[in-house]
Amino acid sequence: MAGIIGFGAYIPKYRIKAEEIAAVQNANAEAIKRGLGLTEKSVPGKDEDTITISVEAARNALARAEINPREIGAVYVGSESHPYAVKPSSAIVAESLGVGNDYTAVDTEFACKAGSATIQINAGLVDSKMVRYGLSIGADTSQAEPGNALEYSAAAGGAAFIIGPNEEALAIIDSTCSFTSDTPDFWRRAMQPYPSHAGRFTGEPAYFKHVVGATKMLLEKTNTKIEDYTYVVFHMPNGKFPMNAAKIFGVTKEQIEPGLIVTKIGNTYSGSSLLGLACVLDIAKPGDKILMTSYGSGSGSDSFALTVTEKMVEAQDRAKKTQDYVDRKEYLTYPQYAKHMETIH
Amino acid sequence: MFRDSSIIRWRNYSDRYMLEGYECTNCGKKYFEKKGMCVCGSLDFNNLSFCGKGKIVSFTKIHSGPEVFQEQTPYCVGIIDLDEGARITAQIIDSKYKDLSIGQEVEAVFRKFYKSGEKGVIHYGTKFRPKF
Repeated sequence: MAGIIGFGAYIPKYRIKAEEIAAVQNANAEAIKRGLGLTEKSVPGKDEDTITISVEAARNALARAEINPREIGAVYVGSESHPYAVKPSSAIVAESLGVGNDYTAVDTEFACKAGSATIQINAGLVDSKMVRYGLSIGADTSQAEPGNALEYSAAAGGAAFIIGPNEEALAIIDSTCSFTSDTPDFWRRAMQPYPSHAGRFTGEPAYFKHVVGATKMLLEKTNTKIEDYTYVVFHMPNGKFPMNAAKIFGVTKEQIEPGLIVTKIGNTYSGSSLLGLACVLDIAKPGDKILMTSYGSGSGSDSFALTVTEKMVEAQDRAKKTQDYVDRKEYLTYPQYAKHMETIH
Repeated sequence: MFRDSSIIRWRNYSDRYMLEGYECTNCGKKYFEKKGMCVCGSLDFNNLSFCGKGKIVSFTKIHSGPEVFQEQTPYCVGIIDLDEGARITAQIIDSKYKDLSIGQEVEAVFRKFYKSGEKGVIHYGTKFRPKF
């Protein structure tokens, strides 16, 4: 199949600690942190949104790919927080990258797997030779209603991947598959500013059924075992769910922890599993095998098996790494956070 | 004077989005804004893409900006010498005023400029942040 010829991440500089939110929600911060498996989350700057996050991630991906942006034939941005209801984020991102006019573009939406699905679309376009390169992005400035449990985890960030021919790949996509059903676990109706969710129903019949279902399907399809993979990345709505999914498959700490970025920055919705993938690509060595399974409420999971190539070695240092963005941070108070999220003006 | 027009902004997408400028074909002097005539007298320019790296020449803090920038107030604005030689005025973000200094290295980033009211276009372009 096609492969990843460039990848890049972006996480805003601002953070808020669980203690700050718990003080406003009159909740026990320690219990929240234990329950969710995270201590703080990223917050967008006042001038940041899904488009600006996508652009910086994509510029990092272009720097690693070392291609002329005009060779990109497809641009897809997956998000739950496109700044416009009608006007494509993907066209603004492409314009800022200098892609030109000879490309197809569309914004995608499938809760948190809107970005991973576009990797499958671009792999199809590349393999069928309809385009030479395709750009896939998953990014969000995640929404959470003030006072809701989601407020502790809903974060901002994203990752971009340039998909191209197998022979140019930093990581070859060995196989991909999806597990999908109609499941009412998490949704946001049209014109509503914040999502709603079905509480504990978001676990077993939603996240775990689909993540486990897609991952099993991929292992069977590729005739591989979980121990064949150097790194495993599962979608990260919080710090607990991916660790519980890891236990089901017998995934070791060494396999799961390098991509477990949620504990440091929170849940970046469409960016979540893709940022986890960017984390492991930052440190992966030739020959390493990576398994990544996304999850989007509603519900579906896309699972990918990847093998890192020799080309990865030189590409890793051509752009800022995910960890560079994780380490750069400035903490906000709750009133500052509320201004950043535009809940007060 | 500040003019809130989506069409005027659209005409400047290439320079605002991708930091494209101009180079005099006679003396090689580089400009970010389009000039009718170079200081050398030449009228011929080539397009040029700046790499987005530069140094702060001067900076200030805006407490009372145009209404459309109220969400971002207070914010910092600086004059920046780009590595290629051109000079640009731009917002400097992701830094407190007290942490900025003359000569500090900065890098270009793509950010939201402002929203034209509740229903209007969202304008984007290049700002700078301290290099990291």
